[in-house]
Amino acid sequence: MTLPRSVRAGLLLGAVALALLPFSGDRFWTQFAAKVMIGCIYAISLDLLVGYAGLVSLGHSAFFGLSAYLLAGLANGLGVVSPLVSLPLCLGFAALAALLIGWLSLRATGVYFVMVTLALGQMLYYLFSESPRLGGSDGVSIAQRPRLTVLGRTIVDLGDAGAAYAAIWVALVLSFLLLLRIVRAPFGRVLTAIRINEGRMRTLGYATGRYKLSAFVLGGALAGLAGYLDATLYGFVNPAQFGWRQSGLVLVTVLLGGKGTLYGPALGALLLSVLEHFAERATEHWSAVVGAAVIAVVLFLPRGVASLLEGRGG
Amino acid sequence: MTLSLFALQLLNGVEYGLLLFLVASGLTLIFGVLGVLNFAHGSFYMLGAYLAYFIGQRTGSLAAAVAVGVPLMFAAGWLVERLAISRLYGRDHLSQLLLTYGLVLLFNELQRALFGNEVHGVATPRLLAFGLPLGELQSWPAYRAFTCICCLFVAAAIRHVLLRTRFGMRVRAGAVNPEMVEALGIDVRRLLSVLFSAGTALAALAGMLAAPLTTVYPGMGEGVLIVSFVVVVIGGIGSVKGAFFGALLVGLSDTLGKVLLPGLSSAIVYAVMAAVLLWRPRGLFGQPVEAR
Amino acid sequence: MAEALLETEGLTRRFGALAAVDGVTLRFERGAVHAIIGPNGAGKSTFLNLLSGELRATSGHVRFRGEDVTRAAPDVLSRKGIGRSYQTANIFPELTCAECVWLASHSRQAGSSFRGRGGGAETTARGEEALRACGLAGRRLSRAGELSYGEQRQLEVAMVLATDPELLLVDEPLAGLGHDEARMVLALLRKVAEERTLVLVEHDMDAVFAIAHTVTVLVNGRVLESGPPAAIRESPRVREAYLGEEEP
Repeated sequence: MTLPRSVRAGLLLGAVALALLPFSGDRFWTQFAAKVMIGCIYAISLDLLVGYAGLVSLGHSAFFGLSAYLLAGLANGLGVVSPLVSLPLCLGFAALAALLIGWLSLRATGVYFVMVTLALGQMLYYLFSESPRLGGSDGVSIAQRPRLTVLGRTIVDLGDAGAAYAAIWVALVLSFLLLLRIVRAPFGRVLTAIRINEGRMRTLGYATGRYKLSAFVLGGALAGLAGYLDATLYGFVNPAQFGWRQSGLVLVTVLLGGKGTLYGPALGALLLSVLEHFAERATEHWSAVVGAAVIAVVLFLPRGVASLLEGRGG
Repeated sequence: MTLSLFALQLLNGVEYGLLLFLVASGLTLIFGVLGVLNFAHGSFYMLGAYLAYFIGQRTGSLAAAVAVGVPLMFAAGWLVERLAISRLYGRDHLSQLLLTYGLVLLFNELQRALFGNEVHGVATPRLLAFGLPLGELQSWPAYRAFTCICCLFVAAAIRHVLLRTRFGMRVRAGAVNPEMVEALGIDVRRLLSVLFSAGTALAALAGMLAAPLTTVYPGMGEGVLIVSFVVVVIGGIGSVKGAFFGALLVGLSDTLGKVLLPGLSSAIVYAVMAAVLLWRPRGLFGQPVEAR
Repeated sequence: MAEALLETEGLTRRFGALAAVDGVTLRFERGAVHAIIGPNGAGKSTFLNLLSGELRATSGHVRFRGEDVTRAAPDVLSRKGIGRSYQTANIFPELTCAECVWLASHSRQAGSSFRGRGGGAETTARGEEALRACGLAGRRLSRAGELSYGEQRQLEVAMVLATDPELLLVDEPLAGLGHDEARMVLALLRKVAEERTLVLVEHDMDAVFAIAHTVTVLVNGRVLESGPPAAIRESPRVREAYLGEEEP
């Protein structure tokens, strides 16, 4: 996959603009951009599954939520504050959960897969919202945000909005480049071919299940990264992060933007946040506006907003 | 736990399962025949419940609500199918999923705009406001028994339509092989509209019947939707028989789970599903995969 | 007798009450072209699907190089050296020819999927070689879905060749081809057969008798007769059961 030149320029411009935004001193829009960037990581992690491997997961929020909750647990329960400890643990945990959930749900194919991931995600939602020990329906506040201390001196404190913003920016850029590299590598090409014709890939000698599971785990770990950053930014986790609405929303983001392009879902995350923001100001029933927009895109832009950029919409 | 208490829970499980069947049967056929993963199905359940509340409050009669509401929801289903769903036949499942997700957002806002965020109770019909004695201490609400009977009646009707009528034959053919219906030269468009509308009406009926039992509240359709998906997966997509047994299995495991394993009750249903899938990846009554 | 590369023993596959393949015991010699013929519905494709692992046998055994592979999955069999081409072109319509053969060729390369863009010069070269052998060198950058029907069949063979199989299962390679295209594919198969073992299912009798060393006649899932082409041509049972009615 090669990115169209205009897209490459746009991405570069966007990355620079996002890097400079905090210097404007506008706290609201900086916070807004931080949220959008986390949404981007979340969306591109799902795009690997949906757009490349053809795995439509409606349980992607599970990994976001598990990682966020583990961060809360580590910080509150064990007093772990160093991101050098908590980040690998949270990502590893998300990946492990993805391995387990993926192994189970990949036994099913097609729409069964969609429903199984949906149900397993929902199971976690109930588990966390109904168990008082896990915070119940109110969620959990994180007492101490991750911060890196060397010899008693704090070097990076992610409780500070500026530092958190920088960390999120770096995470997004790295995730995007990593995924771009992966989808261009043989692995990504094999995944794409599995999506197109899995049976043929098997008779060509590919253990397709292993490829799909690898993609699922990778996507899960990156969703875990988004969850980790989200919990760090807001200092709060709640069970709704597991719910199917969240999973649905990420999937909608990917599809709205244009699956299988990476930049499309990132764009989708931006557009959806902007739409939400302005609709929220305009009317109390803003989610109806979002719903209508979703329906309009499905009917009139089947390949997502990204298809407009390539100059071959519809 | 005494025997009668156990029996009570068993009956409640059956009743819950039968209500689920009304929702899941439509869901499974709409997917099997139309190929549409319909997230808005839960919204129809919710709208049904709100109609029961609204009409019931005006007329004081749940029966009147059902008599007016079911045809109304049938018409609503028809509209949705004609205006939106039918434009996506032949597109991939993802577009349809996206579309029905958009519909869920719209219907939720419609509900909020019309009825607000409060929880509303719906009165049990006075004729049925008594208990059936069960053992010496327990009694089972007659309304629940009535609900069971209604659902069984509807299930029998569905069975009759599917097995004994020309329409049902076509639907079954479509569930197995959607192209075949087209090849037979049947007016597919009308078949699909009727099927979608009937599914909508069934989901709404379930919502109406459930209204006095569960109260009426925003978002009530979503829980039912997800559990109905579980039922469909357990039973096998496109199989009404599967939906029936799947619904009973889910209803019973949920209710008994609440008694035997409190705190984990909601997760049990999903554990059951996982177990079924490990055993049969295409559900109890699904078409087996031929090629490995 | 030459060494058997592949053997089946009482191989059976039932669909409900119907036995599509019923107790087939055959040996396929290394380096030979073994054709399987029979009327429609005789179980030829099912038999190939059993050999390639796409269907699971109800009973019986398949041995490849003496090793029992009856329960092996298609990808395992492919890596062991059994390649398969399909009756209707089973390709990746959205990908280019070069990508299709690259995928096939890459399947032989262990690991390293995450790194690099091309995945090794050798992999690419093997794919390109297969394209050239199948006469598609000029179409490398065309999308597979845009090829003519005949070209898609050639691509189908090219993909199998790129996996460098020892044994090729070829399902009706000439079906639906025009005269010139058929001649070209036949020449291609003949060239392939110089180095590899072929199991060929084909309706075109002239082609079968021109290329095969051994012919097996399958009727109702059972072996009616098996032997050298000349013997099959002369066999009264075959004439009666098959050739007499089917030949146009």
